[in-house]
Parts: sequence; C-alpha cells; structure tokens
Amino acid sequence: MTDLNLDPNIADQDGFYAELIGIHDGLDEAQSNALNARLILILANHIGDRAVLTQALCAAKGDAA
Amino acid sequence: MTAPLRDRYPLAFQLYPYARSADQDAPSPMRHPVVIVGGGPVGLALALDLGQRGTPVVVLDDHEGVGQGSRAICFAKRTLEVMHRLGAGAAMVEKGVVWNKGRVFRDREEIFDFDLLPEDGHRNPAFINLPQTQFEKFQVEAARRAQTKGQPIDIRGKNRVDAVTDKGDHLLLDLMTPDGPYQIEAEYLVACDGARSPLRDMMGLAFEGRVFEDNFLIADVKMTADFPTERWFWFEPWFKSGDSALLHKQPDDIWRIDFQLGWDIDREKELQPENIRARVDQMLGEDVDYELDWCSIYTFQCRRMEKFRHGRVIFAGDAAHQVSPFGARGANSGVQDADNLGWKLAAVLEGASDALLDSYDTERVLAADENILNSSRATDFLTPKSAVSKTFRNAVLDLAANHAFARPLINSGRLSVPSIYDGSPLNGADDLQGPDRTRPGAPCPDAPLDDGYLLDHLRGDFTVLAIQTDAPDLAEIPALEISAPSPELAARYLGDAPSAIYLIRPDQHVAARWSAADAQTIKAAMDTALGGAQ
Repeated sequence: MTDLNLDPNIADQDGFYAELIGIHDGLDEAQSNALNARLILILANHIGDRAVLTQALCAAKGDAA
Repeated sequence: MTAPLRDRYPLAFQLYPYARSADQDAPSPMRHPVVIVGGGPVGLALALDLGQRGTPVVVLDDHEGVGQGSRAICFAKRTLEVMHRLGAGAAMVEKGVVWNKGRVFRDREEIFDFDLLPEDGHRNPAFINLPQTQFEKFQVEAARRAQTKGQPIDIRGKNRVDAVTDKGDHLLLDLMTPDGPYQIEAEYLVACDGARSPLRDMMGLAFEGRVFEDNFLIADVKMTADFPTERWFWFEPWFKSGDSALLHKQPDDIWRIDFQLGWDIDREKELQPENIRARVDQMLGEDVDYELDWCSIYTFQCRRMEKFRHGRVIFAGDAAHQVSPFGARGANSGVQDADNLGWKLAAVLEGASDALLDSYDTERVLAADENILNSSRATDFLTPKSAVSKTFRNAVLDLAANHAFARPLINSGRLSVPSIYDGSPLNGADDLQGPDRTRPGAPCPDAPLDDGYLLDHLRGDFTVLAIQTDAPDLAEIPALEISAPSPELAARYLGDAPSAIYLIRPDQHVAARWSAADAQTIKAAMDTALGGAQ
C-alpha cells in the first residue's frame, strides 16, 4: 500500500501556487468555495487509492488552526 | 527648463562636489561617447565598467553625493562578483554583514528555513547587508582609484539634464549647473536616474504596471543585539507590530526592521517617532535600548518600460523596471543591467553591430520579467489580495508546521539570482553533454582555481575556457587552459564530460560550449555573441 506523500512533490511550486490563486480571480466567496470543492473531488478521483484519501482527510483535519 | 539647482534630499556623503568642467568654457559643445545620468549604484557600476574598458564616460548627477537613508541593503552574490571585477567588491564584503541563511516564523514558531548557498567553492557569499549609501561610497572610491590609473571616468556633481535633443548621429544635452547652463553632445545616453526617472518623463515614455495595496514601515535602529546574521521573517508575528515583519542585520550595529502596515493607514501618524517606537518596542521588548537611525513608509509597484532601448537613449535599473523589495531584486538587477550593457556599448563604439545594443533590451527585459514575476508572487503571498488567497496562504502556513511539502510553498521573497539568457540571439552552440547550470546564456558559477577562484580570471574580455584540453590558437581571444580542475570546477563545467571548451562573454555569461572546437568554430560563436556580422 502507498502512503500519502507529504514531502515536496511539485517542481514549479511558485508557478502552481500562482495558478491556483489565479483561477479564483473574479469569483465571489460562494463561487470560490464551489470551485475548491470541485477541485478537491477531481484530485481525489485522480488519487483513487481509498486508504491514501483517508490519510489526506486526516492530515487536513488534524492541521486545522 | 532653467530652474536653479536645489537639493531634493539631504546627503549622507558628499562624494562628487561640483567642479567646473572645461566643457563649460568650450566654444562649442564637446562630444562624449557615453554619458550616464545618475550616480547611483547602477550608473556607477556602468561607469566603472566602461572606465576599465578605456571607453570615456561622463556621469552626471544633480546632487553631489548619495542621499541619506540606507534604502537598499541586501547585495547578492552576483552583484559582488561584478563589483569584484570592477575593483570595489573586496571592500564591500569586508564592511558588509555576510549571510547565507533565512528563517521564517509564524507567530513564535519557526516553520521554514533556507540556505541560499548550500555549496562551497565561491569567493563571495550569497548576500551581504550593506547600506546603499556605503555601497555607492565604495563605488566612488573605486572610481577615484581608476582615475588615478588613467581610466577615463568623469563624474560631475550638480549637473542636471534639462533637455535631450536627438541630432541623428548624436544627442545634444542641455545641462544646468550652479554656474548656469551649458551643452554637451553624447553618442549614447544611459538613464540610471532611478524609479522617478526625470529622463523617462522628459521623453514621455509610459511606465505601466501593478500597484500593490499595502504600506510597509521601514526602520533602521541602532542597538547591540545578538540575533544571528540571518534573514528572519515573521508571518502574523506574536509581537503584533505588523501583519508581517522582517529583520536584517547591517554593519555598525544597525538593524533593518520592516513592518507590514496594511493599506488604509494614516501615513503622517504612523511616521511619528512615538508610534514607530511603539511598534519596535512590541517586537524587541520595553527594556531594549535603541536609537531610530532612519525611518520611512513605502508602497511599491511591479512594472517595467516596454522597451529599455530608445535609439541612443538606454534605460537601466529602477528607471527601466521596478519590483517590490521582497527578494532584493531591485539594486541587484540594476547592477546586472550595467554588467550586461558596459561591454556592449564599448564594442559598438569600436565598430560592432548596432544589433548588439538591441540584445541588451532582449536580455534585460527577460531578466526584468523574471524579477517582476518572482517579486509579484512573493508579494501576493505576503499581502493576499482576496479572501480566498488569504485562506490558501494561511492553509500553507498551517500545514507547514507538520508537513514538509507545504514549506517550499511559503514565499517570504525568492531572493535575487542572476537570469539565464535562454533563447538570447547572442547564444551559440551547446555541443557538450554538460551541466544545465553552465549552458549558453548562464552566468558562470564561481569555482576554486589554483590559489584563487575562476571568476578572478574572467576579467571582462571574451575568454576561451579550455578544461582538460588545449585551446586552439586564437590571437584575438585570450585563453584560460585548466588541465587539473578542482572538483567543484569539474562538477560545474564538465559534469560527466571528459573535457570542454567554453566561450565566455565579457560579462561572464556563457556564449557557447563544445566538447571540442577549432578556431573557426569559436570565432563564429564570437561573431554571434557580438550581435552578428556588421
């Protein structure tokens, strides 16, 4: 079984981050939330591995400030 | 415009007091190959470079020295390498506070650290902190030494340019001095006159870009403290003196502190000493003794001119492009402009193709875009421009405490590194299975060589670098043959290749490289690097 990768894994991280923020340009809060929800579902489907998804959910919840 | 000269700011050092020039008594305007407007870090770097090449250069400044306030403080390795070649680097490094590492905190917790020079074998450190006032003073001292050696550098204080007229094969400049007006002619005029460039305005050239809606308070305080010599940055700091804070050590017990104040502030109120002291006290504690040395509130824009070259007038440094200060990409990129332009001006004046000056525009616009991109991204992370952007920013900071993947996403400024001129028209062949970092267009990384360093041997001419092979006979290009490279030099220039020949440009960028090359091949690459045949 693969474990959730929590090490750096994106080559052009600043470019990715700018693109991520950029797709929200011009959206209101509800639209941004909806976009984020769609994005999470798309990425989750790509990951596919059910156990990894559970680990990701736990990591996100555990780190809420 | 014939208004009398008035200082717009008080001087820290009087470096080039007004002295009457023989040009002012000439019966007709004297002609000069290169006139630089602005005696700041960029103009002086260019003057030193041209002087070293024997190209006569006149520097005009409407003041007699450098204004008060430390302004730029972080000078990057590439700048130090350039200044070393120009005879001012050693004094700067000796006086400056050397640093390589940065730490990022949120509240009280350290969440990220970085090392900007994680390898050995370089003469210069990743950065020094040195007030811009002292940087310029060292440059002028180097210019004075160059003058005593006969280098044709002429710095004229209190000489203001009031008009520029294009006369086809030269420019006519109207100047104002304390003794009244006079005129000179210039074949090329380089505007290094800063962010508010009067020359840019005079020529009616647009300067579009993004304004960032945030104010930063900058305070230089004098105190004895034992913070390490590292760049320390806080997001949402526990001491609540600003939304973010940045601390840098400078020489002579001066510390630079930046506080992020937000957009809607009362500027006059924030600049009152008791209000500045309240913020500094919150950070340092009530019982710490310090003096306020210099303070200012600044906003910033990320923008550039569409073109840096306008016929015989060429723009460099802040006059041509501006960035936010996070990343130290302002003064450092300006010095690289000068490094790029000096040899090209000298070559064109000696008959090289005019296209060579267009390559200044191509290469330095590429660099400006890279600097603007990096500094805009850092600024968007520091001062998120929307609610969702702030949500993501804080999510990164939350995750970074426990998960390594989030730490490289933290962006408190991506610090200045020189651009690689990929795709430049000056680039020649890349016929070597060599390291990526030394491909054509790249600035030569330093490496140990004999008892010194490689860059000490690249003195501002085209140079053929032959590693573990013989250089072909070329009368007009000096060769540097290295039969037993240091491990660092081999790793940076050979990689897995057994031998290599590099053609290095006068600004220490790689022009072309081969596993083997004859004289004709190298000469052809040099023609390309000089802008093609005339």
